[in-house]
Amino acid sequence: MKRIVIAAAVILLLVPPAPAAEVSLHGFLQGNYSADISNNPNPDGGDFKLAEERLQLKLDASEGPVHLFIKAEGWYDHIDQVWDSDLREGYIDYTAASWDARAGRQIITWGVGDLIFINDVFPKDYDAFFSGRPLGYLKKGVDGAKIGIYPDFASFEVVIIPFFTRNVYPSPGRFHVFDPMPGVTDRGKVEPAVTLGDTEVAIRAYRNIAGFDASVYFYRGFFRQPSMMPDDPVMPGKLTQFYPKLSVYGASLQRSALDGVLSLEAGYYDSRQDRKGTNPMIPNSQTRFLVGYQRQLWEDFTVGVQYYGEYMHDHPAYERSLPAGFPGRPRYYDLTSLRLTQLLKQQTLKLSFFGFYSPAVGEYFLNPEVRYSFTDHVWAAVGANVFGGGTPAGDFGQFSRDDNTYVQVRYEF
Amino acid sequence: MRKLIVGIAVVLLLSQSVFAMTANEVMEKYQAAFLYPGKDFKARVLMKLISEGGQERVREMTMIRKNFGPPGGEQKYFIYFFRPADVRGMTFMVYKHPGRDADRWLFVPALNMVRRIAARDKYSSFVGSDFTYEDVSGRDLAEDTHKMVKEEKYKAKDCYVIKSTPRAGDMQYSYRLLWIDKADFLPLKEEYYDQRGDLYKIFTADEVKDVKGVPTVMKRTMKNLKSHHMTQVTYLDADYNVGISDSLFSERYLKQPPRRWIK
Repeated sequence: MKRIVIAAAVILLLVPPAPAAEVSLHGFLQGNYSADISNNPNPDGGDFKLAEERLQLKLDASEGPVHLFIKAEGWYDHIDQVWDSDLREGYIDYTAASWDARAGRQIITWGVGDLIFINDVFPKDYDAFFSGRPLGYLKKGVDGAKIGIYPDFASFEVVIIPFFTRNVYPSPGRFHVFDPMPGVTDRGKVEPAVTLGDTEVAIRAYRNIAGFDASVYFYRGFFRQPSMMPDDPVMPGKLTQFYPKLSVYGASLQRSALDGVLSLEAGYYDSRQDRKGTNPMIPNSQTRFLVGYQRQLWEDFTVGVQYYGEYMHDHPAYERSLPAGFPGRPRYYDLTSLRLTQLLKQQTLKLSFFGFYSPAVGEYFLNPEVRYSFTDHVWAAVGANVFGGGTPAGDFGQFSRDDNTYVQVRYEF
Repeated sequence: MRKLIVGIAVVLLLSQSVFAMTANEVMEKYQAAFLYPGKDFKARVLMKLISEGGQERVREMTMIRKNFGPPGGEQKYFIYFFRPADVRGMTFMVYKHPGRDADRWLFVPALNMVRRIAARDKYSSFVGSDFTYEDVSGRDLAEDTHKMVKEEKYKAKDCYVIKSTPRAGDMQYSYRLLWIDKADFLPLKEEYYDQRGDLYKIFTADEVKDVKGVPTVMKRTMKNLKSHHMTQVTYLDADYNVGISDSLFSERYLKQPPRRWIK
């Protein structure tokens, strides 16, 4: 699939578009490096999480109601010493007066959280996020179609995804990823099939209600974080990664309030393959919510705070069925976040801090960063990712030996 | 004799009404002429940010404005960025409300994400320039007291000179002086004085042109005397009453800006 998409993108890039079309080509050259700052090297012995140079090309072509967009990248990875390429986005738009459609690989972002995703059920790349890539790399495209419908009373987005895309997590070679069964080395993988039954559907309806940007969401598909199924629960000889069935029902509200912006979001995660909560390998159903508030306190200084909660339904059933020695998740998990942003020197210098802390389990993630635009074409950022607290199995706690500092340099054209 | 006296009185009365506008009346006309002309407005805007050392940074955008009421009332703005390269394709939408802070949304193409922005009109620099949001979209007239200081010529044009003092003390400046052209009520110069009473920021209208019969400031400069930084704004083209539909100011078009409006 990936090869076909890249080949199609290359052909589209090479074929000269129709003379009447408006065409633009932009992109960047980027160097991105990330080194361990704790005294621990990577599990594979290296000291770098990331060392690469990358070229991105963005092609835009429009004619009448049709618009083509391709964002393709090629890079050299110094750690694995390989050249690689990726089609980050590649789609065709058709726009009519009261509806539009987009088909192809596309990035979709829903919800009002700041790095907290409840109704944004689309694929993420946490490896990119934790190893110091620019924020845009946290999101991955889906291969599907989106239809927008815009009657007067509300707007609708309907997304159909026949080709499943999993989340990307830090790789065990470069990060100290927690593994509950390190003794079982025979591992397999199963992904949802390309069938009508496994086609994901996501729907969002939104409109303004009393000054609020209000949205309701529905998703029917799969967890993008894999679960592990042992072939034998008592004496496992093989573990198979799979993606359990999931439905999400949610809503969000956002508006100006208290001299700032107030955000509210909630969602019910219906774990369809384990509704009773008795299978310890599959996440239980959950209710998730967040409250956020951001405000500018003085010139070019903004502060944002969030509280996020995750309540596990059927927690007693989960605890009863959890195998001995397995780290359990609490019934209630929460996160607080703080974001500080100060812009200086005509907004060319940006000092920022983002932090997560979980009061429930005591783990944290901190990300300070300095970014400077040298010219209109060149910027660089230096920052750090710091993890710790909690347990060795925690979302952030497991990476307590993976603190890293990173550099991003980009020439954009 | 009696007729003559009546005649003189009438002339005096007329001259009173023609020449002696109150400061508030002048400011209302200024607001209508400078910030609210036309039903809608569209311009390709080039912004040059020039540092003390002469380094230039360029912001280029299409700016669309539509009025939703009389001068002083609701307005909506839609801005599409062409330059610099790292913000190319970003769009920005503002719902300006009289009497309270505006609602603002920013679209970030790399994440295909629309975000509300928490920014105070009064303190926020517009895209790093020497203009604040408020300098771009205007202040509520009721937020200041306006006083006629004098009438004088500025650059060979007859002007009213108005002193506007914020009622609340939360501004960076303690007052500003405006030189407003008597003919078209556009500001030719504005001086901003800090809390100590020192002049620190100067706005000048450097070129005024008729666009569809509407006098329009095509070139303007904001100079900061403290940082020695300045911003020059040029409208590469400008047009009024182009028929912008209400639906443009929506999340749909923020994410997929219509090419016929932004180019």
